[in-house]
Amino acid sequence: MFVPFLYELRDRGVKVGAQEALSLAEALALGLHKGTLDGFYEVARALCVHREQDLDAFDRAFAHHFRGVPDEALALTDEILAWLEQPAGRRKLTELERQLLERLDLAEARERLRQRLSEQRERHDRGNRWVGTAGTSPHGSGGFHPTGIKVGEAPGGKGALEVAADRRFRDLRSDVTLDTRHIEVALRRLRAFVREGVLSELDVESTIDKTARNAGELEIALRPPRRSNLRVLLLLDVGGSMDPHADVCERLFSAAKRATHFKELRTYYFHNCVYGRVYETAALIRGADVLQVVQDCDPSWRLIVVGDALMSPWELQSSGSRWSFSDDSGAPGIAWLAHLAQHFPHAAWLNPEPQAAWYGTAEVIRRVFPMYRLTQDGLLEAVQRLMRGGNRH
Amino acid sequence: MDFRRFRGTDTYLTSSALESAVNCALALERPLLVRGEPGTGKTQLAEAIASALGVRLIHWPVKSTTRAQDGLYVYDTVQRLYDSRFGDGDVKDIRRYIKYGPLGQAFASRERVVLLIDEVDKADLEFPNDLLHELDRMRFVVSETGDEIVARERPAVVITSNAEKELPDAFLRRCVFHFIEFPEKDLMARIVRVHHPDLDEKLLAQALQAFYSLREVDGLRKRPSTSELIDWIAVLRRAGIASVELEAGMPFLGALLKREQDLIAFAEASMRGRRPRA
Repeated sequence: MFVPFLYELRDRGVKVGAQEALSLAEALALGLHKGTLDGFYEVARALCVHREQDLDAFDRAFAHHFRGVPDEALALTDEILAWLEQPAGRRKLTELERQLLERLDLAEARERLRQRLSEQRERHDRGNRWVGTAGTSPHGSGGFHPTGIKVGEAPGGKGALEVAADRRFRDLRSDVTLDTRHIEVALRRLRAFVREGVLSELDVESTIDKTARNAGELEIALRPPRRSNLRVLLLLDVGGSMDPHADVCERLFSAAKRATHFKELRTYYFHNCVYGRVYETAALIRGADVLQVVQDCDPSWRLIVVGDALMSPWELQSSGSRWSFSDDSGAPGIAWLAHLAQHFPHAAWLNPEPQAAWYGTAEVIRRVFPMYRLTQDGLLEAVQRLMRGGNRH
Repeated sequence: MDFRRFRGTDTYLTSSALESAVNCALALERPLLVRGEPGTGKTQLAEAIASALGVRLIHWPVKSTTRAQDGLYVYDTVQRLYDSRFGDGDVKDIRRYIKYGPLGQAFASRERVVLLIDEVDKADLEFPNDLLHELDRMRFVVSETGDEIVARERPAVVITSNAEKELPDAFLRRCVFHFIEFPEKDLMARIVRVHHPDLDEKLLAQALQAFYSLREVDGLRKRPSTSELIDWIAVLRRAGIASVELEAGMPFLGALLKREQDLIAFAEASMRGRRPRA
């Protein structure tokens, strides 16, 4: 009887399987839910949810399954409230987006909105893309007034359905934008241990071995401690369309700087696309030759590029700088990117834009670099890829 | 039903969801994984379960260097080496040099115990996976002697995590999960009364008001939690302060905010004249 509910959970990305189904059946057989829906809510939550990031999805599934709270309505108000909180942070639109906006009529905008909501979405500090789309578009803004949307609230006591509809756990979702702590935790996985350096640790095995060989006379063996030996090259896109994401990039940068387990970390900045030079500061001064950087960093370095991969196609296809690639003919941006990807087999591109916005140039770059969202989940996937190594070509 | 239901204790107040989770774990004989903000009483929960069941608590505080093997047993080679060199004791008897860790003690115990694996996320990322097999089977073999230690009474296992690290999926699947939410004002008032039974109602209301406003201040790195509130009220009473107001300057702020950046953030929020949202 609860099996359809488990499928509802799976549809919302809560990983439940046979094990959870069996435990739940056992718990119900033991009467742990005390025969009530509230009891079932608590028991099912304890057994089906394994991380607090999934609590919100569980609440939504529960509310939907057992009453059918219109959860699109809930999600809509969420986003719009978030947008209303900070109306000042609206961004300037790029030419590409402006063109896109003009093509949308109201019905399309609504549909897009709904579509976005059903996918992963994020709540930026300053209005995110779809809010921007809806908010700044002359067609879309009128329709989504918060008072126009029904929120799933019911009068009376706090039963499980009300609790579920309250959605108190939405702040814990893992697809919202990262804070520094999350980034640090994700980056902590980026490590590779080796024994190197001063002999400062007692090697028991080898001490015993040596002592035995020495006919019982104690002979101490030492070894160097285990240390992480990972080097990271971080390339950050700054300016223009990246301005709304400056905060999250800043957080990623500071977390990477603080990470003590990198043997070495190098950070460079670029604008839109990497050409012959990258820069040591966000103001794009003190340039460094990309070929020199590639020469300094051997292929064991992990390369992380952060950017929205959004630019005019000509920026990718024509040579944006007079520095040449191998001869004086000048190489287009995509060739520089391909060169980096080829040199660093352990590379990942982090994109702060939602996946729905990865079109045009982003699509092209995705073929060169494995691309991940700059969210907690995306960052973890990227780190896993960096540790596993090997690009997908 | 042959297990004892957990309902909290006189000094540990629970919510019904937490009771359900604990009872699920006890009935299904699964580890209970408790997560939540620091200071929400994750560790105390294990103590409360032990005292409610009337059994002994074995505490295993996990550190960054802890390995799963340490929890089972440690073979003290250095001691044996030393004894063999300087001739103290019977070196031939390896069992003398096997020292059980907390998990080993819990298995070897004749009666049921509560085992608390505290702050499991502090250890290496693979640590929880290394424990899986032993926690599932409730037995392990001491490879040096061939002895098998089997738990006669399955210990009730409580695992806490600060939500700092993602735990492995395989590990999570075997656990009953509960996320301790930060208490709402009503529950918090009850919790404070447990610790300060004769506290003045007015001071309690003011302290809670100030405390919850303080938690709302933007930019705090470590928001004050239950344990800090209880300590703070203890300090206030010791100092004989009868009323507190956030706007009028908070006495003994250091008991609530422990980081310098947080004190600065609080000062800035006050300076902006923008009253923190209540």
